[in-house]
Amino acid sequence: MRRFRLAVAQIPPFLGDVEKNLALHEKVAREAISQSVNLLVFPELSLTGYFLKDQVPSVALKAEAPGLEPLRSLSHRLAMVVGFVEEGPGHLFYNVAAYLEGGELRHIHRKVYLPTYGIFDEQRYLAAGGRIRAFDTALGRVAILICEDLWHPATAGLAAWDGAEIILCPSASPGRGTGREGPFQNARTWEQVIRVYGDLFTCFVVFANRVGYEDGACFWGGSEVVGPTGESLAKARYLEEELLVVEVEAGALRRARVANPLLRDERLEVTLRELQRLLRTREQEPGNAGGEPVG
Amino acid sequence: MHDLRLQCDAVQQILTGFIDNEVRKAGFERVVVGLSGGVDSSLAAFLAAEALGPHNVWGIQMPYRASSPESVEHATLVVKTLGIQSLSVDITPMVDAYFTSFPDADHVRRGNKMARERMTILFDHSARLGSLVLGTSNKTELLLGYGTLYGDMASAVNPLGDLYKTQVRQLARHVKVPTVIVEKQPSADLWAGQTDEAELGFTYEEVDRVLYLLVDQRYEMADLVAEGFEERFVRAVSHKVQNSQYKRRLPVIAKVSSRTIDRDFRYPRDWGR
Repeated sequence: MRRFRLAVAQIPPFLGDVEKNLALHEKVAREAISQSVNLLVFPELSLTGYFLKDQVPSVALKAEAPGLEPLRSLSHRLAMVVGFVEEGPGHLFYNVAAYLEGGELRHIHRKVYLPTYGIFDEQRYLAAGGRIRAFDTALGRVAILICEDLWHPATAGLAAWDGAEIILCPSASPGRGTGREGPFQNARTWEQVIRVYGDLFTCFVVFANRVGYEDGACFWGGSEVVGPTGESLAKARYLEEELLVVEVEAGALRRARVANPLLRDERLEVTLRELQRLLRTREQEPGNAGGEPVG
Repeated sequence: MHDLRLQCDAVQQILTGFIDNEVRKAGFERVVVGLSGGVDSSLAAFLAAEALGPHNVWGIQMPYRASSPESVEHATLVVKTLGIQSLSVDITPMVDAYFTSFPDADHVRRGNKMARERMTILFDHSARLGSLVLGTSNKTELLLGYGTLYGDMASAVNPLGDLYKTQVRQLARHVKVPTVIVEKQPSADLWAGQTDEAELGFTYEEVDRVLYLLVDQRYEMADLVAEGFEERFVRAVSHKVQNSQYKRRLPVIAKVSSRTIDRDFRYPRDWGR
């Protein structure tokens, strides 16, 4: 991993209008280039908006779609993470974030955990991804997890155990519950989660949340970059558009891992054995937490 | 646990942002709001004036001959304090003309008619002024069904629908709605001497606590009783919420086709906005 400039594009995407969003992405990317940014992270579904409902098939793009060419081309000048609905094989639709670098699509993460409760309805419209992978980039080893993925701690663990030095988390978090501190109750949870992950997995965590309103729901912003000891390196304002720029220093990662060699001491075989035991138990006693076994 | 306190700065920013965003996205920059002189419509006007500028807010007063003079006075105070545009339309001639044919109508029918008369005036002026109707129903009255369907419940954009009445008061104080308006007895002012709390049979403080636990915190009846709430009261509240569900939904549509509006034809309201 090397020292580089990272930015989060805390934007309000246009709901269901890919063309307008592409223009917005290009504008923000050019601004980031002018600030010598090396990696620019857009929020979840940044090219489509979030509460799409029945618009999902209409806004979906294939990963190799010509529509993404302007962004692929800009990625010669800075790496970017952009969110959209991917139409995969079999006409399944995924909530994805793509890592564009050097004019190519380097990696695509399909959201694994699709929230379908409360204000959320993702499983009605989308298929779930089944992979959590870290991957190498020119800037270091990276993993992408989208919003709800992060609320399942095993995902962050897997990313870190797979060698991720930076966990990127594009999000579209609608505010819920009036908060004591910060605008909403769920903002508080997010702020705790990313600090704890940074600290326990000794890696950088980049929370890229959007702003704006859709059908009265307010996306609260507050994007943040947390360092490998859990300290906040930079935080965007709540509720307002912002390009959050921060210098990411590789030495901080090394120092954190020297001081806290948690990843070295990780006992994957113990985790695996216990997971296998839990899976067997669930098969024998359906109805335990998690419901009936799948498959 | 029974926490209805708002962080008013944040909520003010969220709601003014909401008004600005939802009005402009729909292609408008102006709103009309019916000013009753009560705390809900006053707060809505204060938030809209901040969000859109006072010149983009029309406060419309629509008194009936039995309306209390205090209502008119307080609505006028809001207009003057904010410097918003204003207009007054007396609804007495149309309401009275209608009831000459139905002289035995009770006060509920008369109250509903007045609320719907006002609605038609607001929507007419929204067309005249190229603006949207700003809603003023709060979460308490929406949940209890304490409002007139297609009357005061009708609007295009409602900033207050997720705030309980006691939270409306908190926010109203915070944005400096005149104290005399915040502290007076809430009343629909549909007939002389009417007050919400006398008509409902409980205070807003009491019912808001129960609604907050039932709705926001998903307490079951047994949980509330264990918390020390009187079972009869909780049942009565819960019954009101259930019985008024129809008022919070579109009319029920008989399903015939493979894709029925709002059932399996689902688009965001902000579709294409």
